[in-house]
Amino acid sequence: MDETNKDQQSSTHKIGIYLWIWGLLFVLSFFSYMVDWYQFQGLLRWSLILFFMFLKAGLIMAFFMHLFWERYALVNVLLWPMTAIACFVVLMVAEGKYTLFTRLFYFFVGG
Amino acid sequence: MSEQKIADYELKPGFKGMAEDTGSDQTMFKGVHWGKAMMWIFLLSDTFVFSCFLISYMKGRASTPVDWPNTSEVFSLDAFGVPVPLLLIAIMTFVLITSSGTMALAVKYGYEKNKKMCGWLVLLTAIGGLTFVGMQVYEWSKLIHEGVRPWGNPFGAAQFGSFFFMITGFHGFHVSIGVLFLFIYAYKVFAGHYESGKRGWFTTMKGDYVEIEILGLYWHFVDLVWVFIFAFFYLW
Repeated sequence: MDETNKDQQSSTHKIGIYLWIWGLLFVLSFFSYMVDWYQFQGLLRWSLILFFMFLKAGLIMAFFMHLFWERYALVNVLLWPMTAIACFVVLMVAEGKYTLFTRLFYFFVGG
Repeated sequence: MSEQKIADYELKPGFKGMAEDTGSDQTMFKGVHWGKAMMWIFLLSDTFVFSCFLISYMKGRASTPVDWPNTSEVFSLDAFGVPVPLLLIAIMTFVLITSSGTMALAVKYGYEKNKKMCGWLVLLTAIGGLTFVGMQVYEWSKLIHEGVRPWGNPFGAAQFGSFFFMITGFHGFHVSIGVLFLFIYAYKVFAGHYESGKRGWFTTMKGDYVEIEILGLYWHFVDLVWVFIFAFFYLW
């Protein structure tokens, strides 16, 4: 443990990169708030929300949480399980649509 | 953080390095403090918990035939008599990002052994987090006053309340725990525990500024979760 950490403490990043990311996060948050302010609807709204969300999440993880500078062994252990979550989302979208369909079907048609 | 080195061992970059790190019959996360690796594993499991909440929210919202409450009206706040949509949420988002930025700087100054700057920035982060929790308490009491309950609300689909209280409540709980630890760690920085190597409470690990980075990982994660809640719950 000790021998692995002596070197890494001496190397830090310039303050500029943190301030840049900080500023970018402010701007992106402002933009995603503007999506609601101007009441964009439909596909444009969803794609803009998701775009700003993933960009913000990526910036926080890569630079504030230092993943950009970590070794691939750690980065891949952390990021691959997210694909399981993505699969879960897809499954539940299908399930949600099916539930809605059966509800409407039995409420109004009566089976 | 960067440029990890281990004596008598050549660390290769990229996927080849990953294969060698994993298959070396040694510790897998080379050059990573064990506390940091453990915090990452914890955050990964926490990601799954929050994902389950958000996915169940998505499923509940997708499967109800009743209209979902219009969030930009429900969460609007009167500013000088004019209702501004999502005003409080926007301020909360900016407060949390600000505290995330001060935390990132605190980690940087910690590694540079700048005790004063590090301590003040951790304290500033704690105050930012406290402000966030305070505004969340205000938001909750406002909605409860307007009649939002876990089993129903006057705005639309009955599921809205239960998802709202569950998701923002669990996130607020994370923020509160984070604030508590930020205050404790601010004290530890000012008291010089990381320079004298004073041991913590439950560990034989000697105090070191790497603890500030571990705390920072947790705090950035709280901000990260808020990014998703803001997008899916408030904007969607």
